[in-house]
Amino acid sequence: MLEQYIQDRLQHKELLLMTHIVLGYPSYDKSMYLVESMVEAGVDLMELQIPFSEPMADGPVILKANAEALKAGATLEKSLEMAEKITANFDIPFLFMTYYNILFKHGVSDFVSKMHDIGIKGAIIPDLPPEEASEYLQSMQQHKLDPVHIFTPNSSLERKQELNEHTSGFMYTVARKGVTGKDTQFGDELGEYLVECRQATDLPLALGFGVKSKADFDFIRGKADVAIIGSEAIRVMEDKGVEAVGPFIHSIIN
Amino acid sequence: MKNRGYFNQFGGAFIPEILVPTFDQLEAAYLEAKADPAFWQEYVNLMSTYSCRATPITYAENLTKHLGGAQIYIKREDLNHTGAHKANNVMGQGLLTKRMGKRRVIAETGAGQHGVATATMAAKFGFDCTIYMGAVDVARQRPNVFWMEQMGATVVPVEDGSATLKDAINEAFRDWVTNMDDTHYALGTACGPYPFPEMVAWFQSIIGIEAREQMLSQQGRLPDRVYACVGGGSNAMGLFSGFLDDKEVELVGVEAGGRGKGMGEHAARLAYDDATVGVAQGYKTYFLQNPNGQMMDTHSVSAGLDYVGVSPILANYHDTGQVRFEAATDDEVVAAMQLTVQKEGLIPALESSHAFAQAFKEAPNMGKDEIILINQSGRADKDIFTVADAIDDPKWREFIITKADQYRARAATEGGVR
Repeated sequence: MLEQYIQDRLQHKELLLMTHIVLGYPSYDKSMYLVESMVEAGVDLMELQIPFSEPMADGPVILKANAEALKAGATLEKSLEMAEKITANFDIPFLFMTYYNILFKHGVSDFVSKMHDIGIKGAIIPDLPPEEASEYLQSMQQHKLDPVHIFTPNSSLERKQELNEHTSGFMYTVARKGVTGKDTQFGDELGEYLVECRQATDLPLALGFGVKSKADFDFIRGKADVAIIGSEAIRVMEDKGVEAVGPFIHSIIN
Repeated sequence: MKNRGYFNQFGGAFIPEILVPTFDQLEAAYLEAKADPAFWQEYVNLMSTYSCRATPITYAENLTKHLGGAQIYIKREDLNHTGAHKANNVMGQGLLTKRMGKRRVIAETGAGQHGVATATMAAKFGFDCTIYMGAVDVARQRPNVFWMEQMGATVVPVEDGSATLKDAINEAFRDWVTNMDDTHYALGTACGPYPFPEMVAWFQSIIGIEAREQMLSQQGRLPDRVYACVGGGSNAMGLFSGFLDDKEVELVGVEAGGRGKGMGEHAARLAYDDATVGVAQGYKTYFLQNPNGQMMDTHSVSAGLDYVGVSPILANYHDTGQVRFEAATDDEVVAAMQLTVQKEGLIPALESSHAFAQAFKEAPNMGKDEIILINQSGRADKDIFTVADAIDDPKWREFIITKADQYRARAATEGGVR
């Protein structure tokens, strides 16, 4: 499972990197190319986002990527096919990130069972708090997949402990309030918050929201176990083309 | 949150983790206010001095004669300050915002009525205010945008998705997940995550409480049928909640039939068969969505009913059969509005005119001793451009052309934008 994988990797390097793509944006072929270049550049884990028309927790960059993917004809069926190809071709763990309606409309248990069959290791569903998630959590456990939940700067210690009980693999910690892809202040306050997060869970900590440069990556080293880059990679692709994404990831890690 | 706000399978609170403490705070403030009789009294006092409560019930004598069936009565929510029932919910949430010690309010708006009401409340209570409005709606409801801005609100046109109400709701949530510490999101209808559906229905129940008392004291009996239009469902929930225990009163919710049946042509989630149960915008209800769970475009002549989801409370009443749901088409709605204007001198909003259209279909088939009550949830001043287009009034067109020429001439002499 993901926790063991992360712990093993942490024996060899101090900070891992998880990246994110929106399946079908700008096209499924390009999605495959992006995964390939990210894996080659040394990414340790990846989130594959299944597009949804109402991505409430996402900021403008990923919001637009979702909308464009759907406009270009992305469907759940095609996204599952693409994910299966990706997991067959690359040797790092992949997680799904999507919104609950995608699972709900398909049938939650069947969706989770498909995730297992196509080699996906875990999932992040930002609009599904554990209180609403009994079927999902049960199916995830049954298939030995990791449901990842989110710590926020607003979460009390009690809430963090509650989330911890329902989480495996790693804990997604958001660096600040707000949606994905906006600026984050990487400073003392963030360091203190990560210390609080550590106290609430023994799981590896992954830090996301606003991570966009080598300086951010270096700041996180020693404070969290995994850095997450989402919107920034999409921004690089939009500004400089798909070929620029691999070198961008490479420049952050090295 | 202690409670998840379910009405059988509908409702819930599917919220991003960052908002969990904010919803805990809101739930606590709401439950505390609800348990405090002084709060409701303060609310009623505010509404009777700042708005126009109790709003009257008008006997529509000419319409009754014209249709030749049931006696038609109209609950006059259009007489609220800002011209719609939206004021009820907004002033209530304004009082709660004060209780929670917040100093900024945000809201989504479709037709602009809820935006205007929120901007008004913010001006009165001294809150900062940002209104999210679909770019399509900004374009078709300029008069409301004008007033919101005059009252000091920032109006943000939302270009994402279909650029209508649902997209404005998403954008308001994006603001809220950033600014929850000092900001309350005054959601405008009986939808969204718990406690919003229940809380908004509670504030709007003032309509039904009054209406029931008025019918009993003025007519000595309850109506046989009660009609309200259903977008998100707040005015319907408001009126219906007065009659839920009266088995002899039939409750009729009227949705936007748009151009008729077929996905994309209407916004009828309950009256037509196109919607299925799903989870979006933080709650579970019937949504107009495709089999993958992607929300579809909707259509209605009225911006306020042009929405993919519906109150989870009404979704439940649909399934239990406690409320009958019908749809009125754009053409029927414009005709019903014109008839009401001509026969009664009342100007129902296009949203409210859906309730009138359905009532007009049924009234002739009812007995003369039967009584129907229609909720005129708002007035149509804001719809003047849309209505003038729909009836293609040549004098209005002439007026706009003349006005545009004047602005163009002025812009040319000022060398300004064209």
